[in-house]
Amino acid sequence: MMTDTDITSPVMDGMGPHGTKVGLLRVLGPAHVWALGVGIVLVGEYMGWNFAVGKGGAYAALIACWFAGILYTCVAMIDSEVTSTVAAAGGQYTQAKHIVGPLMAFNVGLYLVFAYTMLEAANAITAGYLFFVVAQMSGHAGDLDQRPFIILVIMFLAWLNYRGVLATLTFNLVITAIAFVAILVLFVSTSGILGGGIMQHAALFEGHELPYGWIGVLAAMHFGLWYYLGIEGTTQAAEEVRSPARALPFGTLAGIMTLLIAATLTWYICSGVLPWEFLGDGVNGAVAPLFSTAQLAGSTGLVWLLGFGTLFATLASANGCINDASRAWFAMGRDKYLPGWFGAVHPKYRTPYRSIVFLVPIALIFALGAPLDQVITFSILSGLLEYTFMPLNIIMFRKKWPLNSIKRGYEHPFHPLPALTLLALCGITFFAVFLGYGTQLVAMIGFYIVVSLWFHFWRYRFVNRGTQFTMPWPKPQGY
Amino acid sequence: MDLWNWLEYAAWALSALFGLYMVVDWLKTDSSYSEDVLTSSREGELEAMTEEEHRG
Repeated sequence: MMTDTDITSPVMDGMGPHGTKVGLLRVLGPAHVWALGVGIVLVGEYMGWNFAVGKGGAYAALIACWFAGILYTCVAMIDSEVTSTVAAAGGQYTQAKHIVGPLMAFNVGLYLVFAYTMLEAANAITAGYLFFVVAQMSGHAGDLDQRPFIILVIMFLAWLNYRGVLATLTFNLVITAIAFVAILVLFVSTSGILGGGIMQHAALFEGHELPYGWIGVLAAMHFGLWYYLGIEGTTQAAEEVRSPARALPFGTLAGIMTLLIAATLTWYICSGVLPWEFLGDGVNGAVAPLFSTAQLAGSTGLVWLLGFGTLFATLASANGCINDASRAWFAMGRDKYLPGWFGAVHPKYRTPYRSIVFLVPIALIFALGAPLDQVITFSILSGLLEYTFMPLNIIMFRKKWPLNSIKRGYEHPFHPLPALTLLALCGITFFAVFLGYGTQLVAMIGFYIVVSLWFHFWRYRFVNRGTQFTMPWPKPQGY
Repeated sequence: MDLWNWLEYAAWALSALFGLYMVVDWLKTDSSYSEDVLTSSREGELEAMTEEEHRG
């Protein structure tokens, strides 16, 4: 046991020349990065994306799926370039700190923590609901109390995260892979490839091509994000992968490719079986559309597989969110953007244990006390603000440190086209969100303005100004 | 009392157990190591180590 906890051993990694006596453990490979990114997102294929169908019909959901796909491909490419160069915990927060400035970094850090903690709460609510449905299906008399299951999901996953990153993300790899394979199996067995297809696209779409016209397509963009929201979370693993320059771009780009396939297949399967009025109503209609499709396919095996797929996707997402929110919170603590107390690493498990424990009650409060759609909206809005920051970030990065000044692990093609595309798509999505959730959008931006003032006039005096820039980079161009 | 009622109790109990584990371990860790060691993590270790090797 002693050897496990001997943090003064010179052979243990994490011992560094800066004086790090105990740091995060570099144990992850590209597959874990993939599992972190896809794991957070895949629940969006199992539920949530179908609200886009309700906003504008099945075709609108497909257009939104591909437009959001372009948006997130830009996100993944930009992220891969920057994070393979700024490979530290905190992800986009750390990127903002090095490239834009402290106030931007503080805001981006909060976007990250809110987006992931809210999504974690939403996933826990969903998991509780799944247990409720299973109890009803198995003939339970009376209503199941969902609270113990919601709390158990958060507690178990926080415990897993507390105990070490390798087990956490290996667990994510297994359950994410099962959830993804479940979609492939459902596609193969219902599309007619193996005989006996049940797809009725032509009949179901006739007369309902675009029920609300092109404004419906625009409104659908809001939920089109649902197919991919969270893929940018791969960057939070930067300080724990063995080879950041290779594993981060590899895992992130493989992740977005997986999601483009999963999203398109999901749309194809569900829209070919479920009528759009039912599919588009995620509250009283198809709560979990892939599962509903499996039920209609008439195979008990498929029902079980997609049932487990739904639960696993939900757990994988909550698990990844705990991992990412705690890394962002930890990185902010380490730089004293927040109290330095949060910047602690567990000497044995090598995880940011205080940040993990601190965020548990916050997730519980939202999971037990707030309605699901509000929690999700808060998460999407924080994510959207983060995507708006990314194009500005990459443009400044390329300008201050051109390609020949720092070696990148990955260089994304066609710059500045992806950045400008991303910026334009973010603008469209902001408008789409404004149509549906204007009040929340204004309230949220108001919140970030207030905390920015707090940071500028009060908190910034505690920041470690000298030691927060750690990358051995040359002076930026023009300075 | 059917199976699901028992599962409810089991979920409450397990949640408490996981929570307790984290809190006890957290307090134990905080009391057995100095704050200096626990918060000694610095960003950019990998880059700094590579630099060191190049110089060495």
